[in-house]
Amino acid sequence: MSGGEARAILRRGLLTWAGLLLLLLATLALAYVPMGWLNLPVGLAIAAAKALLVALVFMDLRRRDLLLRLAAGASLLWIGFLFLLTFADLLSRP
Amino acid sequence: MSGITADDAMAEAPQERQGDSYLTAETGLASWLLTTDHKRVALLYAAALTAFFFIGGAAAVLIRLELFTPASDLVSAEGYNRLFTLHGLVMVWFFLVPAIPNTLGNFLLPLMIGARDLAFPRLNLFSWYLFMGAGLLLLAALLLGGVDTGWTFYTPFSTGYAHSNVLLAALAVVLVGFSSVATGVNMLATVHLLRAPGMGWFRLPLLVWSIYGTALVMVLATPVLAAALLLVVAERAFGLPIFDPRQGGDPLLFQHLFWFYSHPAVYIMILPAFGVVSEIVPCFARRRIFGYTFMVYAILMIALLGFLVWGHHMFVSGQSLYASLVFSFLSFVIAVPSAIKVFNWSFTLYRGQISFQAPMLYALGFIGLFTLGGLTGLVLASVPVNRHVTDTYYVVAHFHFIMVGGAVTALYGGLHFWWPKITGRMPPDGWARFAAVLMFFGFSFTFFPMFVMGFLGMPRRYASYPPEFQVWHVLASAGAVLLAAAYLLPMGYLAWSLVRGRRAGDDPWNATGLEWRTASPPPRDNFRVPPIVEEAAYLYHPRHEGPRHEEQEPHRDQGGGT
Amino acid sequence: MSGDVAAALREPWDSLRRQREAAEFGVWIFLGSEALLFAGLLLAFAVNRTLHPAGFAASGRETDIVFGTVNTLVLLTSSLAMAVGSEAARAGLRRLALRALATVLLLGLTFLVLKGFEWAKDLREQLWPGAGFRLAEPGARLFFGLYWTMTALHALHLAGGLAVVGWLSWQGWRGTRPLGSPAFQVAALYWHLVDVVWILLYPLLYLGGRA
Repeated sequence: MSGGEARAILRRGLLTWAGLLLLLLATLALAYVPMGWLNLPVGLAIAAAKALLVALVFMDLRRRDLLLRLAAGASLLWIGFLFLLTFADLLSRP
Repeated sequence: MSGITADDAMAEAPQERQGDSYLTAETGLASWLLTTDHKRVALLYAAALTAFFFIGGAAAVLIRLELFTPASDLVSAEGYNRLFTLHGLVMVWFFLVPAIPNTLGNFLLPLMIGARDLAFPRLNLFSWYLFMGAGLLLLAALLLGGVDTGWTFYTPFSTGYAHSNVLLAALAVVLVGFSSVATGVNMLATVHLLRAPGMGWFRLPLLVWSIYGTALVMVLATPVLAAALLLVVAERAFGLPIFDPRQGGDPLLFQHLFWFYSHPAVYIMILPAFGVVSEIVPCFARRRIFGYTFMVYAILMIALLGFLVWGHHMFVSGQSLYASLVFSFLSFVIAVPSAIKVFNWSFTLYRGQISFQAPMLYALGFIGLFTLGGLTGLVLASVPVNRHVTDTYYVVAHFHFIMVGGAVTALYGGLHFWWPKITGRMPPDGWARFAAVLMFFGFSFTFFPMFVMGFLGMPRRYASYPPEFQVWHVLASAGAVLLAAAYLLPMGYLAWSLVRGRRAGDDPWNATGLEWRTASPPPRDNFRVPPIVEEAAYLYHPRHEGPRHEEQEPHRDQGGGT
Repeated sequence: MSGDVAAALREPWDSLRRQREAAEFGVWIFLGSEALLFAGLLLAFAVNRTLHPAGFAASGRETDIVFGTVNTLVLLTSSLAMAVGSEAARAGLRRLALRALATVLLLGLTFLVLKGFEWAKDLREQLWPGAGFRLAEPGARLFFGLYWTMTALHALHLAGGLAVVGWLSWQGWRGTRPLGSPAFQVAALYWHLVDVVWILLYPLLYLGGRA
């Protein structure tokens, strides 16, 4: 029985890992495709996808635990404040 | 369910833990230095903070002495820079930020929610050791010659030009930040997960709510300060260009990072003070707090909006005018929840059975001084006026009204209010009332003249000044003598009361709240029987009736208590 | 099993379930705090990149893509091992948990060693933005100022993670810490955050200006 449990843990982990690997290869390959200003957003979007995968599966955030999502969400919101208002100054400077 | 398991745990606890108070449960130096009891850690913090209050206060005394005369005769201009930097660094990070949350908050939070301790008792002790380590680093920086950048560490001065111990001081502040984050994590987890059965969110005393808001700000703002200071360290120690304008860097970036922490830091200082006053005012007015729900929302609004106004420190820095207008607007907006709190305290007083014991005098002083500090903040939030008074004593007066007239007055009020709970002894009421009144007048004499001279154009951070400002400086320095006496006096009579003070009962002020439902001083595990909460906070009288008039004589003998 | 629970239970908690909930909530708040620390550095990167897009593109080409990519792979794999270790510990699968934790330690050390070789190569190629810095584009010095700061701070966090995982593995191996202790999940969450930070640094530091 516990052998089956171990296999289930490994299988779920390996699947996620395979997904992460694919994303890594994709971002590496796409970095060499000239897309002008799009290169950075694409790279960051893939990074965000990888981060989300790690957060949801490895860090167990897919569990419906409001408290943990609150903690994770609050830091993202506050990072948003930091970037938004700093860039509000930077981009409107004469 | 958890109440039952708590009962079992209590039954298993050794018998001697039931009898003694937390002060006498264990003895010896190691029982203090290795304690995980939140009440003892609170006292450890209190001892450390008192020491830093003396250091920062000594610098303030020297500053006021120097400014007695227009010439720079006591210290050189260079020495003066180091003095006010010392005063700022010590008072902001080693006194005001931890002042209420880590002493009164640490002591009261588990008591007020009916818990045995904070969520992570060992982390709590660890944060004190981090604090002490940071404090020693800072003292080293000061003893090795001091720092001359001001507490703000502005680049490029701090990274490229200052010839002082910027690195040590910056690392000390980063380290004390970690201590702050540890405290914040602990308190958030405690409020979320350790409330007693029946203690719903809207039954929490307002001090708990305000500590909760403070912890939120600590956890989310402090790391950004660490980032800013680590970048300063990288640039200064390793020569890595980050902000250096000669390499195309942006010094304003530092200011954005710095004030993203340092403006919310003001709310770290003042939110717990709001909480303390919200406990004292209903007790001595024998009234329910007016508009409890709005008080809660105001705390949360302040914690949130406090992060969106930092640019008002940068109106003259070269920040874009459009950004300045947004920051100015948001700074006006944050005045609304602050005003809600002041109005609600006033409405709590309305038709109350007010008695003017010492904690109440401090609380009333707080309301007056904070209101003045807040209103002058509105003046500063307006971009055109701000350009006129930037870097003058008007600003110095404004933030001292908030941080000293506000936060420190509330700290003293809270200390008097909970002194019987902490020590089991009553403070001598006559002396305490005298000290409270002296503090109000001493503070006003010290800092009100600064509004006037600031508006007349006296710049801050200068050791010498034109003679026409001398009259205001002499007034301020004379007031500082009264203020110093008002700060020292309670240290004397509170220490005296430890030995000679009248013994306090469980609830000497006849207050509501779980902390008064246990012994004074409380046992190691806080409650002999785990409490179950069945009613809202501040039930000083039935919901649809006014306070009972016979309960307390409104104008009983006010002077001869001793 | 109940002895195991009693050994893992600490003051002031009444139940291990509640204690685990608090430990996970506490560490998530701490991770949120750490996220804001790195957000400060990322903001510095974003601001300087906005001010000097050409210089940052030119500098992005100079970092070592092979080291960077291999190290990303190493860290992603270590996160897999950490997730397996944490779940196995919680399920009481001692052998799998200890093997997974040993793999984490090995991969973490591999990352640091590779990072060391990469830094040595960067220094040989005069990519330290002091005297004798190789690139002339405006903004290149700022890029490398941030490159060194961010990779160093990340490595410091990784080393801290290694210390924690090493300590827990030791205790788990010796049997002084029951596998049911929430500390394994706490350490795992921290390790994943360090991984996530690197996932974000990778496109910024290594992939810019390659096209």
